[in-house]
This record gives sequence, C-alpha cells and structure tokens, in this order.
Amino acid sequence: MSELLQHLVNTLVLGGTYALLGIGLTLIFGIMNVVNFTHGILYTFGAYVMFIVVQKFGLNFFVALPLSVAAGWLLGALVELTLLRPLRGSDIDTTMLVMIGAWIAMQSATLWVWGGVAKSVPTPFPDAPLSIGPVSVSWLRLFVLAAAAALIVLTYVLINRTRLGSAMRATFQDHDTAALMGVNVDLIYTSTFALGSSLAAAAGALLGPVYVVYPAMGDLAAVKAFAIVILGGLGNITGAVIGGFILALAEELGAGYISSGYRDAMGFVIIIAVLIFRPTGLFPRAERVG
Amino acid sequence: MMRHLRTASLIALATALLMGSASAETIKIGVNEPLTGAFAASGTYVVNGAKIAADEINAKGGVLGKQIELVIEDNKSNPTEAAAVAEKLITRDKTPVMMGAWGSSLTLAVMPKLMEYQVPMVVETSSASKITTMGNPYIFRISPPSNVESAAFEKIVDKLGLKKVDFLVINNDWGRGTADDFGKMMKAKGIQIGLVETMDQGAQDMSAQLSKIKASDSETVIVTAAVDQLTLLFKQAEALGMKKRIITTGGSQNPDQIIAQAGAAANGTMHLTTFLPWFPDKTPNPEATAYFVSEWKKRGFEFAGCTESFRGYDGIRTAAAAIEKAGKADPEAIRAALWQIDVKGLNGDIVFKKSGPAGKESGQSQPNVYLIEIADGKVAMKSF
Repeated sequence: MSELLQHLVNTLVLGGTYALLGIGLTLIFGIMNVVNFTHGILYTFGAYVMFIVVQKFGLNFFVALPLSVAAGWLLGALVELTLLRPLRGSDIDTTMLVMIGAWIAMQSATLWVWGGVAKSVPTPFPDAPLSIGPVSVSWLRLFVLAAAAALIVLTYVLINRTRLGSAMRATFQDHDTAALMGVNVDLIYTSTFALGSSLAAAAGALLGPVYVVYPAMGDLAAVKAFAIVILGGLGNITGAVIGGFILALAEELGAGYISSGYRDAMGFVIIIAVLIFRPTGLFPRAERVG
Repeated sequence: MMRHLRTASLIALATALLMGSASAETIKIGVNEPLTGAFAASGTYVVNGAKIAADEINAKGGVLGKQIELVIEDNKSNPTEAAAVAEKLITRDKTPVMMGAWGSSLTLAVMPKLMEYQVPMVVETSSASKITTMGNPYIFRISPPSNVESAAFEKIVDKLGLKKVDFLVINNDWGRGTADDFGKMMKAKGIQIGLVETMDQGAQDMSAQLSKIKASDSETVIVTAAVDQLTLLFKQAEALGMKKRIITTGGSQNPDQIIAQAGAAANGTMHLTTFLPWFPDKTPNPEATAYFVSEWKKRGFEFAGCTESFRGYDGIRTAAAAIEKAGKADPEAIRAALWQIDVKGLNGDIVFKKSGPAGKESGQSQPNVYLIEIADGKVAMKSF
C-alpha cells in the first residue's frame, strides 16, 4: 500500500512537468502544424541558461527562472524568423527536415560550448525530503509542481481569454481571414512559436535542477512531449495536461508493477494505441469543417 | 575546354590526396569512442587520456621511428554507429589496430567487423563478460569483465554482511551482464536475490524503480550505470527517503563528480572501481600513476575524469607496445604481438591471457578491482 502511495505521489510530481512539456508542443505542433523537433533542444537550452545564471553569475535561483523563460522566448522567436518564416507555405515534410537539421545543429552547438560532462544546478531547497508516513517527496519537486501548475494556468488564460490568444486561434484557423480582419499574422506566427518554445525552456529550467544538465537531456523529453500531444489531441491544452498525467501514471505503474525495462517504452505504446483506437486523441479539438 | 579543366583539376586533387597519405610518416591507431549521446562525458575523458599517451610516446620518438597518430571517431553512444565507425577506420583510414568502444553494447556491435576485416582492437572500458568468451580472436581487453569484478567482490561480501540484495542496472549488455554475474556469485554464497530492475540508458527519472526497491525487504542495492545516471539515482533515492546500502559496479563512477553533484546524497555509497588516482601509492605502478595524474591536471582537465581517462591512456600504450613488438604496422603482426607484450599499466601489468573457446581465444588482462566508500564528501579506501 505504501508503495502504491509513493508511486501515486511520484505520478503527480512527474505529471506536472510532462504537462508543461506537452502544452508547449501542442501550441506549435497542434495549432501551428509545425512538427517541431527543436522542442527538446529548447528544453535543454532552458536548463543550460539556468545553470549559467545560477552557477556562473551567482544570481538567485528564483531570478534565474524567468530569465530562462525569456531566453527560450527569444531563441524560439529567432528560429521562427530565420527558419520557419521563409518556409511558410512549403509542405510539412520540408519543414520537418529543416527542423530535424536545426535540432542536430543546436544540440551539437551545446556539446561544443559546454562539453558533454553533466552539470548540476544548485537550489535553495533543503536536501532532506518532506516525509509523511511512508511517503517522501523532495521540496524542490513540490516547487516544480507548483510552478508548472501556475505556468499551465497562465498559458490557458492567455490562449482562451486574451486578445492575443484569440488572434492566435483565428490565425491558425484561417490565415487569410484573420489577416483581412487586421491581425498582424507575421507577429502571431512568431509569438506563438516563441510562446511554445519558452514553455519548453521553462520545463528545462525547472527540471534541470531536479536532474542533471547535459546536451542530450532533451531527446527523451521531446519524444514524451510528442506522445502527450498525440494522446491529448492536437492543439488541446487541457488534453495535453491530462495526457501528461496519464503518461506519468502509465510509466510509474508500468515500471512498478509490470517491468521497469519497459518504462520509457510506455510513451510509444500509448502513441500506437491512441493512433489505432482514437486517431484524433482522447480529447480532440473541435475542427471547423469545410 | 571546361571539361578538360575539370578533369585536370580532379587529377590534381586526387594526386594531392594520394601524395598526402603516402608521404605521411605516421602510424595510425583508430579510436572509436562515444563523444556525443548518453556517454559523451565518459568517452571524451577516455579520448583525452589517449591523447596523453600518444603525446608521451611521440615525445620519446614514437614507435618504429615514426610518430603515432590517433584517428578519433565518434560512435554517438549508438551500437549501429560504432560498427560503421569501425568500418570507416579500417577501410578508409587503414588503421592497423584500434581502441574502443567504451560501452559493452558498442563493443559487441564492432566485433563482427573485426572478424570481417581481421583487425585487432584493444577494449579499454567494456565489462560484459561475453565480449571475451564468444570466440573473437581480435579482442584484447584491459578492463575487468563483470565476472572478474564479481570474483573480486566475492572476497568482501562476507565482511559486508550481505543477506538480500536488489539490482538496479542499465538496460543493456553491460548492466544485464553484471546482474547475471553478480547474481550467480551471490546465490552460490547463500545471499538472496530480490528485485532485478532496469533503466534505459538515457533515462533521467528512476523514481518508479527506486520506489519499488524502497518497499522491498532487501538491505543492499547493487547499481550498475555510468556517472550521470548514478548522480541522479543517489539524489532521487534520498528524495524518496530510501535508506539502503548502495554499491555500484563497472568502474565508470567518477566518484569526485558524484560528490560534486550529488552532495550529501552520495555519502555512504560504495563503489567497485578499477583505478585509485586518490592514492597513487596504493596503485601497482605508483610512479606512472603520479605522472598520469599530474599530466591530466596540467592539461586543465577535471580531476574527476581520471578514473575514466586512465583507460584511454593504458589502451593506447598497449596498442603502441604491440606495434613496436610487431616491428611493422600490420594488423596480423600486431595481433600476434599483443599476446607477447607486458605493459606497466596504471592498474596492474597488462599481460593477455587466453579466454573463450579454444582456437579462437580473445585476450584478457587481469586488472585490479578496489572497493571505495564516499564518506563526508571524501573518497576513502575500504580495506578489510
């Protein structure tokens, strides 16, 4: 029983970060329709910014977090302006290949600049975990869960309750009509991609201190993000959040009670199952027909 | 006219290339290591150790009157790439001997290529026992296989008072091989084996596996993984409030990096290691160890990497000694010479003994294995 409780607590903590990874990608992959292979490297980038700001410049952990998010925003905007803007209108395969290239180039750059040795980010939280009966959880991970929840709510409000959010939704529903209605379509493309990227960087900045920071850290994270987005339905923020928690639960219980060897295969099993039984995801976004 | 020009320039280019390789008075040694991917940190350490050996040898005049040249290729921590890299080193660079490929799965992927092209390889890190027992006569291993490690550990298990152990190992040939060899040895000693859990080589979150182990009734966990995953494991075990003794195997722990990154979570952990850079006096060749450690520091590398990089240093010295003994840079002559060398390695004399099925034995040297403990943020030797 205490083992199950511990697994459920782990699920909650892990699910929050998966949800954060998922909503960033669902904006770009689901709403913008760009198969974004740079999501994982932006996650890595956020973690490295955190490392530099805290370790090298000695700034406060809580000051470093928003700086990482801002840096992710800027890098995302740069990728959109230099790579995606010239490719707008070309087919999805071309864009995908360019994004794969960008991923490899950026990952090699991280390796070149910082080397392959993993870095760790010091945190202001105590080492000793919070223990309630047989269940333990670290303070850092509780903070990460709270921060992830706050970011998810902020993103939801931004997309669904603000003028910028409705402009984003309008642009990707019907590009031409939105432009005719006076929406600055170019700005919307850039800011949507930058928003998704900044969420990836935020996830990296929050999880870098939990794990260790190294160039390939984003690879597995990106695969999981795709699984979450497909599970939750493309472009559905609530779906991505629920998808994140379902993936975390499947991994925890799969490793705990089936076999730990298949833990990281759970994401792929979920993708396959969803594609067979519910190709539009568990929570498909209402599509305009015609 | 244009066509003539193009042909002429092609010929000029080809001639230049041919001349270039013909006039190069060097002997090449292929180095096949993971410089990117999950094992990038470890592979880079090994390569830096290899460079120290090459520079040392070249400063003393090289081998057979020629300078040695390391041809370093990245196998991306990926077995498919490791095999491709070996093929490239053999066919394009014509390296008569190679060193590689860090991980057991990487080395196992390279092995058929050695048979195909009949080129020997010095294995510097891999520890899956089957590498030297499956009948590949081109393999010469200087790292301890997990059965040698478990045999060394056998002498201390009674003193540690082990009763029941769980395993948490990396899900590849290295980890599973270790769980098999250590499990067999312990069963024979009457120690109970509980859970055998695995983790993906790139996995970052092992909370699920650790929660399961936390709830089991064993008192010790044997862990096999490289340094980055170990750091995470110790931190996550602490966060889960796990209070079991942790013993790691495989010699890729870089204890100083663990201390720096896992902090207090590393206290009380024990590690089976194959090199003692902290205590040069206790190593088989104190002078050589002191030289290597000072050279490593002089080049500005992190001290933590020593436990990994010495393998590259010893590996290249082994290959160079064999070339010298062979008298020519020819794969078959080098293979024969590898059986005759006696190199003063940093972890014991490197002399190859036969291992595997008769007629196609691999070479295996007998390096030392030590147990160390991290206490109060420092490395201490565990002596009994």
